[in-house]
Amino acid sequence: MEVNNNILNLKDLNVYYGDFRAVKDINLDIPKNKITALIGPSGCGKSTVLRSINRMNDLVDDTRTEGEIIFQNRNIYNPEVDAVSLRKQIGMVFQKPNPFPKSISENITWGAKINGFKGDMEQLVEESLKGAALWDEVKDKLDENALRLSGGQQQRLCIARTIAVKPEIILMDEPASALDPIATLKIEDLMKTLSKDFTIIIVTHNMQQASRISDYTAFLMTDENRSGHLVEYNETRTIFINPKNKKTEDYISGRFG
Amino acid sequence: MEIRVDFNEKISNLNNEIIKMGVLVEEALDKSMDSLINMDLDLANKVIVEDENVNNMEVSIEDHCILLIAREQPVAGDLRNLITALKISTQLERMGDHAVHIAKGVIRLQKDNQSGINPLYGMPEMGKLVKNMLQRVLSAYIECNVEEARSIAINDNEVDRIHNEVITEVFENLMNTKSDQQKATTLLFINRFLERFGDHITNICEWIVYSVTGDHVELS
Repeated sequence: MEVNNNILNLKDLNVYYGDFRAVKDINLDIPKNKITALIGPSGCGKSTVLRSINRMNDLVDDTRTEGEIIFQNRNIYNPEVDAVSLRKQIGMVFQKPNPFPKSISENITWGAKINGFKGDMEQLVEESLKGAALWDEVKDKLDENALRLSGGQQQRLCIARTIAVKPEIILMDEPASALDPIATLKIEDLMKTLSKDFTIIIVTHNMQQASRISDYTAFLMTDENRSGHLVEYNETRTIFINPKNKKTEDYISGRFG
Repeated sequence: MEIRVDFNEKISNLNNEIIKMGVLVEEALDKSMDSLINMDLDLANKVIVEDENVNNMEVSIEDHCILLIAREQPVAGDLRNLITALKISTQLERMGDHAVHIAKGVIRLQKDNQSGINPLYGMPEMGKLVKNMLQRVLSAYIECNVEEARSIAINDNEVDRIHNEVITEVFENLMNTKSDQQKATTLLFINRFLERFGDHITNICEWIVYSVTGDHVELS
């Protein structure tokens, strides 16, 4: 599939855990300011691909990455790229909301302080919480411990914390799978809004969620060696109305997986 | 282990309903043509009464599809199949109405012309043609046979040709023999309804192509 205005290019990406090749020869062009969903059965390597995009796999022992991920005209695996500063530009939201056990506002300001933010902290807190559609619910209790928020609110706080450092790309690993249906829909609405300013890549097991929110969908599955590979990548409407690959059709219509 | 056994079974039941409805419409067409050829008022009345069965089937198929969409969230081929089933039921319902229109035409002809003998031009032939197309299109739907759907649609050209021929002949007869204008009008209506059968079947052919390939095509 031809994608114009890419922000990220995965070229022949291979990730090994020890001798095991977890993902094999992935080629993906990720469009800017769009939502791209990675779907596929458990163990197909979609989370591995996601984590390789901000070098989270570096933190896993015995991991080896081959191929290239081109972001801002250079390979992020180039030795001169600093993984910590890369993660400022490519943030991540996890499956389980993980706010710091501090106040709501400190959750936002903490990262900014570390990054040497010199601007107006109060303004940053308000902007970030508004951006994550949480401001109205917490504006009167910014000093309360973040752990007292509901699961859905905690997840939106994590999103607020991520956008506070103004990344280019937000990676989301099953961001709503621990939430109830209404909290899930709030996160989905938020993602749509965020995609105007950020590029979002989401891993989800919820296929209806992928079909509702994403612009593009990549379907991965494992081969006979249990290595994850890309089966089909296309506009989401094509994947869910008229997929080109029989395996994609079987998976999304619940015939295997 | 096979997955979605229950859903597969429900889709298969839905397809059976479509076939049942198609057979009802085929019977309605048959009876309306017989009533026309034999000027059989009882049979014409039967077509009118029995149309309720066709209408009920349309509602039942619609409900069935809506329920499956709501409960199973179908995608891709399953979704196209369900939408096609919905569309086909609408086309069949319209064909049932046209059989009723033909039957009502028969009743009008009988009132206007007590002698009972009417020239029917190419209409009996059209009736046979569209009946054959209807039988074939139902099989093509079940078999997901795109080639057959395309081939059935081509037959509509012959239906259209006879339709136009009948119009010319009815007018010629009207001019030459000063035959009954009312009767001529009724015959032209019946001619038109038969032609519409062909159009609805062509629409079904287009939906079969969509269901199987995902492509919207124009076969008329």
